[in-house]
Amino acid sequence: MAGYILRRLLATIPVLVIVAVLVFLMLRLTPGDPAAVIAGDNATTEQIALIRNRLGLDQPILAQFAIWAGNLMQGNLGESFFFKKPIGELIIGRIEPTLSLAFATMLIAISVAIPLGVLAAYKHGSWIDRVVMGFSVMGFSVPVFVIGYALIYVFAITLGWFPVQGYQPLSGGFGGFLHRLVLPAVTLSVIYIALIARMTRASVLEVLSEDYIRTARAKGQVERKILFRHALKNAAVPIVTVVGIGIALLIGGVVVTESVFSIPGLGRLTVDAVLARDYPTIQAVILLFSGVYVGINLMIDLAYSLFDPRIRY
Amino acid sequence: MSNTQTPVLEIAGLSIALPGGGDRARAVDDVSLSVAAGEIVCVVGESGSGKSVTAFSVMGLLAKALKPVAGAIKLEGEDLLTASPQRLRALRGDRMAMIFQEPMTALNPVLTIGDQIEEVLRIHTDLGPTERRAQVLAMLESMRLPEPERMHASYPHQISGGQRQRVMIAAALILDPALLIADEPTTALDVTTQAQILRLIKDMQSRRGTGVLFITHDFGVVAEIADRVVVMEKGRVVEQGPAADILLRPQHPYTQMLIAAVPSLKPADRKPALGPLALETVGLAKTYSSKALFAKERVVHAAKDVAIRVRRGETVGIVGESGSGKTTVARCVARLMPPSEGAILVPDIDIAPLTERRLRPYRRKIQVVFQDPFRSLNPRRTVGASIVEGPMNFGLSASDALQRARDLMGLVGLQPNSLERYPHQFSGGQRQRIAIARALAMEPEILIADEAVSALDVSVQRQVLALLADVQERFNLAILFITHDLRVAAQICDRIVVMEKGVIVEQGATSQVFSAPAHAYTRALIEAAPGRNFATGTAAADAVPA
Repeated sequence: MAGYILRRLLATIPVLVIVAVLVFLMLRLTPGDPAAVIAGDNATTEQIALIRNRLGLDQPILAQFAIWAGNLMQGNLGESFFFKKPIGELIIGRIEPTLSLAFATMLIAISVAIPLGVLAAYKHGSWIDRVVMGFSVMGFSVPVFVIGYALIYVFAITLGWFPVQGYQPLSGGFGGFLHRLVLPAVTLSVIYIALIARMTRASVLEVLSEDYIRTARAKGQVERKILFRHALKNAAVPIVTVVGIGIALLIGGVVVTESVFSIPGLGRLTVDAVLARDYPTIQAVILLFSGVYVGINLMIDLAYSLFDPRIRY
Repeated sequence: MSNTQTPVLEIAGLSIALPGGGDRARAVDDVSLSVAAGEIVCVVGESGSGKSVTAFSVMGLLAKALKPVAGAIKLEGEDLLTASPQRLRALRGDRMAMIFQEPMTALNPVLTIGDQIEEVLRIHTDLGPTERRAQVLAMLESMRLPEPERMHASYPHQISGGQRQRVMIAAALILDPALLIADEPTTALDVTTQAQILRLIKDMQSRRGTGVLFITHDFGVVAEIADRVVVMEKGRVVEQGPAADILLRPQHPYTQMLIAAVPSLKPADRKPALGPLALETVGLAKTYSSKALFAKERVVHAAKDVAIRVRRGETVGIVGESGSGKTTVARCVARLMPPSEGAILVPDIDIAPLTERRLRPYRRKIQVVFQDPFRSLNPRRTVGASIVEGPMNFGLSASDALQRARDLMGLVGLQPNSLERYPHQFSGGQRQRIAIARALAMEPEILIADEAVSALDVSVQRQVLALLADVQERFNLAILFITHDLRVAAQICDRIVVMEKGVIVEQGATSQVFSAPAHAYTRALIEAAPGRNFATGTAAADAVPA
């Protein structure tokens, strides 16, 4: 197992190198001059040239890449053009809100979706099944920002239960932290509830027709234990896959949600960096995200062997 | 029955309705039978006879669409049809238990063996963890499973099929139920394993006085194990009585037909085939290796040094248990997979090393009929389209191909105008006829039948075997007949090749292999054939399609 993890970790290096090269090229080859953006509308040509020189943008592309990659190796992500701060610091400052939001979202999604999916599979074809599936279609179809604003309207403006926007760091007290996290997390979780519930239903439904479910009934086992002890664990592999993909997609999802709820997280950082053509920051964030993707994929694979003893590495 | 006590199981006038649209109104119609303590009652019948539905209705495990509409099922005097779901749950696993056909799938793959047996104790008793564990280990021991401690911690995929069925039996018998229902428990097993499991069931039930309701389609098994026999046809009981009476003096025509259709283990007299050589393999081998980036290579020899010869007009059987390599050989000969080593001569060109493009002209000469007629025909194409596809690939015009398909449908005993129908509109036996017609449409010289009759009921099996014999004679075919069933092999094969673990251990004329088996494995196979002392049946070649 340890050997397998090591091999998988080594295998991520080429992936990350390719991502790094692509990210670097993509941004250099898109039109628009960051030096001009930074200098502002009233800058002279000399000022722009000066900025370009200071940022190393006047060097050949290969040299730029070499400098950037060299710094990266030393853990130096560079300095943001726009925020004028080391990017490492920027990211660390923004990571807590994003992680909190992602964690809360997945917690809500999993704890709601899996029981719903199992129930829908068990009551296959009944009104419960149809309601769950109907909700699921709705969850897929309504955009995140619509759900966000609808929830804000109902629970923040009309009922006044939750604040409209904003984020409070965990260090400022758990109650306030949670209070401000609930609406954005619920908003973001809707689509994952839909996704995971659907997958759980399909997967459990398939497992329920297996012979060993019949064997469990023949032993006199009660239905609840048949569902959660015998069926769910067997149905876990596809569910884990979807949860993993969900977590990865979540990172994309937080961009919108953080904007709607004004949360100063990585999503906001990305948006701001893109709008400001802040190359180093964009590169760093994309690299970070791909690292997270690769890490999550590894964890999904390891989770398989946790649920299914036939999978061994 | 001399038993005056309450029978363990009494089914009286049981009828179970089928949902509308079926071929009959009732899955089970007015069925009455009983099982006494310590007695093994075999329910025999072909697929669709209602024998499994009867068994599942006792356990209360019927699909929701099937509803008992009349009659009573009494377990030790207690009516099960009127019992509450809670009461049924309490009885299942405790007073009545069941084992199933597929030990591969009947155990939960993600729970340990020990856990799954213990589950019965957790549900029905208040025993603590240590006592439960001790009891499970003792049970594993009495099932003659090796290393009970290790077995306890194993997962189902880590043990063999026979061991899994032993585990199922252990879980079923651990609370000493009054009734054990066994639904084709040995059908999916190899003969030698089957013999052991049958012995184990018999042993356990006589020691514990369990009543056993044993569902089977196999008269060999019946002869081996039954005290009494119940014969079912289309949902009705047509005959029941003591095993000896039913086996030796069957009264009902259906029973007589069933018993007559069982191929005899005594080889049929066959003239030696003297046609020209059609197929020869020399040193044929298939090796699988799994290589991971940094892991050690694992090599499996699925077949090794296989040398067989088949003449035109001759049927050569390859017999062996699962994992013996018989199907691997068939697939290599048909070049459905490339062999790792050796030559395949048809009869003078070696097709083993040919590229797909150079191989194509020879594809036509070797055709295969597969085991499962439910999966070997494309469900979304008409059978006509399936039959004409091959010849048209080899340049026959559409109209000629269709004419050939029509002729062949007549030849295999089906209506030529049913070419427009889809596979699901045919029965299993009819589909296998279609599969044979499809193979013949290519005008092959060599026909490979890979367990081609194994999935069929005996009566249908007999017809398909007769058809194979007929087309062999008509087209002077060389047939390579892959089977695990010695009875079938005895009736249809001129020569027999016995394979074990990828190598040929013995080959020779059928009569010689059966009368004087040279290798210990062959002797073990013949010895294990269920009901070997139950001499009946007729030669398949004499049989006429009904």
